[in-house]
Amino acid sequence: MNALSIAGLHKTYSGDVQALKGIDLTVPEGDFFALLGPNGAGKSTAIGVITSLVNKTSGSVEVFGFDIDKHPEAAKASIGLVPQEFNFNVFEQVLPVVLNVAGYNGLSRRDALTRAEYYLKKLDLWDKRKTPARQLSGGMKRRLMIARALVHEPRLLILDEPTAGVDLEIRRSMWSFLSELNEQHGTTIILTTHYLEEAEALCRNVAIIDGGKIVEHGEVAQLLSRSMMETFVLDARTYSDIPVTLGPFTVRVRDENRLEVDVPQGHTLNELFQLLSEAGVEITSLRNKTNRLEEFFMRLVKRPTTGAA
Amino acid sequence: MNASDESRPVVKPIDSGELNTPSTQSADLPSSPRAALDLVAINRIAFQTIVRKEIRRFARIWVQTIVPPSINAILYMLIFGSLIGSRISDMGGFRYIDFIVPGIIMMAVIINSYSNVVSSFFASKMQNYIEELLVSPVSNITIVFGYLAGGMARGLLVGSLVAVVSLFFSDIRPVHPFITLTVAVLTSMMFSLGGLINAVFAKSFDDISIVPNFILTPLTYLGGVFYSISMLPPFWQTVSLFNPMLYMINGFRYGILGTSDIPIWTSFLVIVIFIASLGTIAMMLLNRGTGIKH
Repeated sequence: MNALSIAGLHKTYSGDVQALKGIDLTVPEGDFFALLGPNGAGKSTAIGVITSLVNKTSGSVEVFGFDIDKHPEAAKASIGLVPQEFNFNVFEQVLPVVLNVAGYNGLSRRDALTRAEYYLKKLDLWDKRKTPARQLSGGMKRRLMIARALVHEPRLLILDEPTAGVDLEIRRSMWSFLSELNEQHGTTIILTTHYLEEAEALCRNVAIIDGGKIVEHGEVAQLLSRSMMETFVLDARTYSDIPVTLGPFTVRVRDENRLEVDVPQGHTLNELFQLLSEAGVEITSLRNKTNRLEEFFMRLVKRPTTGAA
Repeated sequence: MNASDESRPVVKPIDSGELNTPSTQSADLPSSPRAALDLVAINRIAFQTIVRKEIRRFARIWVQTIVPPSINAILYMLIFGSLIGSRISDMGGFRYIDFIVPGIIMMAVIINSYSNVVSSFFASKMQNYIEELLVSPVSNITIVFGYLAGGMARGLLVGSLVAVVSLFFSDIRPVHPFITLTVAVLTSMMFSLGGLINAVFAKSFDDISIVPNFILTPLTYLGGVFYSISMLPPFWQTVSLFNPMLYMINGFRYGILGTSDIPIWTSFLVIVIFIASLGTIAMMLLNRGTGIKH
């Protein structure tokens, strides 16, 4: 069973802006799925259509087999949404924000209170339950939206850039929360993110969307194995007149103590070190320039004239 | 933040079983997946939630929502009724203050029903929390009725407060209590719908104040709150008949005083036609997603 099936999805906004140009996508039940893409690629529009916030132009969307046109209520009842922008009543207190959404999903007052207490405690917000939402910090607001999205225990949780503007510690704890939700409760999770490290750490499957089209779709591990090249930054003690190409490796001198080397797939670091030794370069440390998914992503969405953003 | 350190609370599902998906249904049972969701229960609870939320909203900001209209009404009764009114001769066989009290109560009902829905719905659009409703399995008619009930609650509450205050200025008692109440409820419903439609189209705060300030208030004043249209020249009497407020104010006045410029059934007919038309428009707009969906 697929948690989500999208076929031939088009969305043209007024003014003839084509945001989605025929998306086909499936996300199996229980998956932890990343939707990646540069700004303006169509990620939020796609999520808008899936969650009934955006009217599609054509195509079909099914959530756990429920067509969003024919059975909108059943499809909506299966989804929890954590949008990119804060979208709660900032004058309302934390607890009523969650209780209202529980009510909109048909949970009785008693059940809504039980669930709201559970999720607000899980997300460290129970002490803030009587605080007006506008007084929360950015991270707390984000967590409030997660608690609100989970209160009706949806089978599919969609998060649109959930960790944007959230500090590292909270981001890590959000990661482990989401992983456990996926692994222990079987909740299917779809997230869009700019932090590709996030997708690499959390997700099994990924789709890359660019210019309103899916340009890649598959397992994260498989995509990474197709990554053709990895770039390393080397801290070097001594070097002089190093050649730009060193066997199969491309070398760029960043400053007097740093080199950047592209290592093509199929070549080892041993080969590189041997060639560097022969060139009289002493290496003191090395690290990946960016994570591998990011490199793959950048290569995929690179536009020859305007750049990726 | 930990998803698993204790088990999730067990909450009775709102229907008799879990939400059935097509794959979990027996192949020889052609039941619709929709049937598995108890939409009646969901919409009933969602309606109660919207109404509770709406009442909480205007109760939380009672200094803005309840007090000013009540003070306005007191001033009207004090100035036009007691001070100036005492120098005005009877109107339609009633003391002037008695004649204007029904109109002043109705004015409070109209303005407050309208304002409540237009402000609340517009705020939910501006802060995007209308999305909480749009992504939930709530039907559009429940959303309309929920906001309507909220607007009616405020309109009728302020109307009742003004009615209580009027007891200090006038000793009239409704001649036809049932008609009085029905006209108030229907008028409140009609203007709540008007407020909702205004909010759907509004793009800025200016847009939600234009109608109340430049249309509702003048039409109310010209709708016979302070005078009987029989005092007007024939031409303006005819023009007045195109003012919908005339029918509500006179309908309400009939309920309280037993006299009116307009036959009561005409009043009812006009109000009901307006409610049906505005209700249809509101539903069409919501179904289309005008102003709230992209």
